[in-house]
Amino acid sequence: MAVGKEIRVKIASIKNTQKITRAMEKVATSKMRKTQTRMLATRPYSKKIAQIIRHLSHAKPEYTHPFMVERPVKRVGVIVLTSDRGLCGGLNSNLFRMALRQFRSWGKDQVEAQIAVIGQKGCSFFNGIGAKVIAQATKLGDSPHLEDIIGVIKVMLDDYRDGNLDVLYVAYNEFVNTMTQKPKLLQLLPIKSDELTPELAGHWDYIYEPDAKEVLDDLLVRYVESLVFQGLVENNACEQAARMVAMKSASDNAGKLISELQLIYNKARQAAITQEISEIVGGAAAV
Amino acid sequence: MVMTIHVDIVSAEEKIFSGLAELVIAPAEEGDVGIAARHAPMLTRLKAGEVRVKVDDNETLPFFVSGGVLEVQPHVVSVLADRAVRAKDIDEAAAIEAKRRAEETLSDRSGKLDYAKAQLELIEAVAQLRTLDRYRNNR
Repeated sequence: MAVGKEIRVKIASIKNTQKITRAMEKVATSKMRKTQTRMLATRPYSKKIAQIIRHLSHAKPEYTHPFMVERPVKRVGVIVLTSDRGLCGGLNSNLFRMALRQFRSWGKDQVEAQIAVIGQKGCSFFNGIGAKVIAQATKLGDSPHLEDIIGVIKVMLDDYRDGNLDVLYVAYNEFVNTMTQKPKLLQLLPIKSDELTPELAGHWDYIYEPDAKEVLDDLLVRYVESLVFQGLVENNACEQAARMVAMKSASDNAGKLISELQLIYNKARQAAITQEISEIVGGAAAV
Repeated sequence: MVMTIHVDIVSAEEKIFSGLAELVIAPAEEGDVGIAARHAPMLTRLKAGEVRVKVDDNETLPFFVSGGVLEVQPHVVSVLADRAVRAKDIDEAAAIEAKRRAEETLSDRSGKLDYAKAQLELIEAVAQLRTLDRYRNNR
């Protein structure tokens, strides 16, 4: 019977799509667990280093590092962390939208912005709109290492040191929970020292070895790196979570579509049979 | 009873050690430092080498760091390691291989090779092997 051949072909093709999305969902689920453990594993370091920075701002160093001094803002730098691959819902586009809104408001204030991008998606987007991209790193994989992003960060830090940048931000997706990821813009430099509580602000200082300048320089660079790295692993966890959710809804939609088409197909088939029977009956009656 | 001090060793990618110790010996840039409880606040850079944590008279834990920062507060010592490995996790074969590669690069100075990088790699590999040796002897 030639009835509904197109419909049958369509159902088969949707079933294939559904198989793929379901497989991707499963992969994303298992990767999400891994990336989440990684995200939690990096927390102790960033917590520790943030604590040291806080101690430092309570101490009275004889030397003030340029990273801690606020300057009038004329030029800003943003490190944008994106994913390498797509098919993860609105994850990257939400981040881009936030970034663009920010750029527009900077543009109104005559503030120039330059960008460093991590991740394939960000590279193609920002190069596409003709933004000023000065550094990029792609294909870091699912378990990025700190070494991979040091270069990108260094470009920005050097610019900051030379006075080509007055503020440095990092933009990434914050992992709220599996269902929710929020784009976030975090200020890296100058380091905002918390409001000093007077009783904590002692008159003590560290013993620095070899000297305050070198140690602080090292420490603050590490602090920035750890923040960006933390952002990167968090963004990774977001990517997998978003992909899992996106693929789940794609599989569900495919299922819905299949059952609708199946219904139409069955109706058409039934109608054809009924018509045939009535033709036969009609023919027999005429004889 | 000996006074103890809290020690945290963390690397950017994971937490390595957290607990109480009597003494911490770390490879500071200007020579090894030993830190006991109530040491004055200190901030120093570490070079590649071994951090030893003396938990009690019978037990000393070795950790390998390839560099980092050491912070001392009166009751807590924090080691921010660039790459910390528990001594028993160091892959000896990999360390020897890295050392060989670095030496090869050092001896082959005709080409445009990254001399400084090779030297750094060598220092790291040698420090790793030394940590491993000591760990073996203690056992």
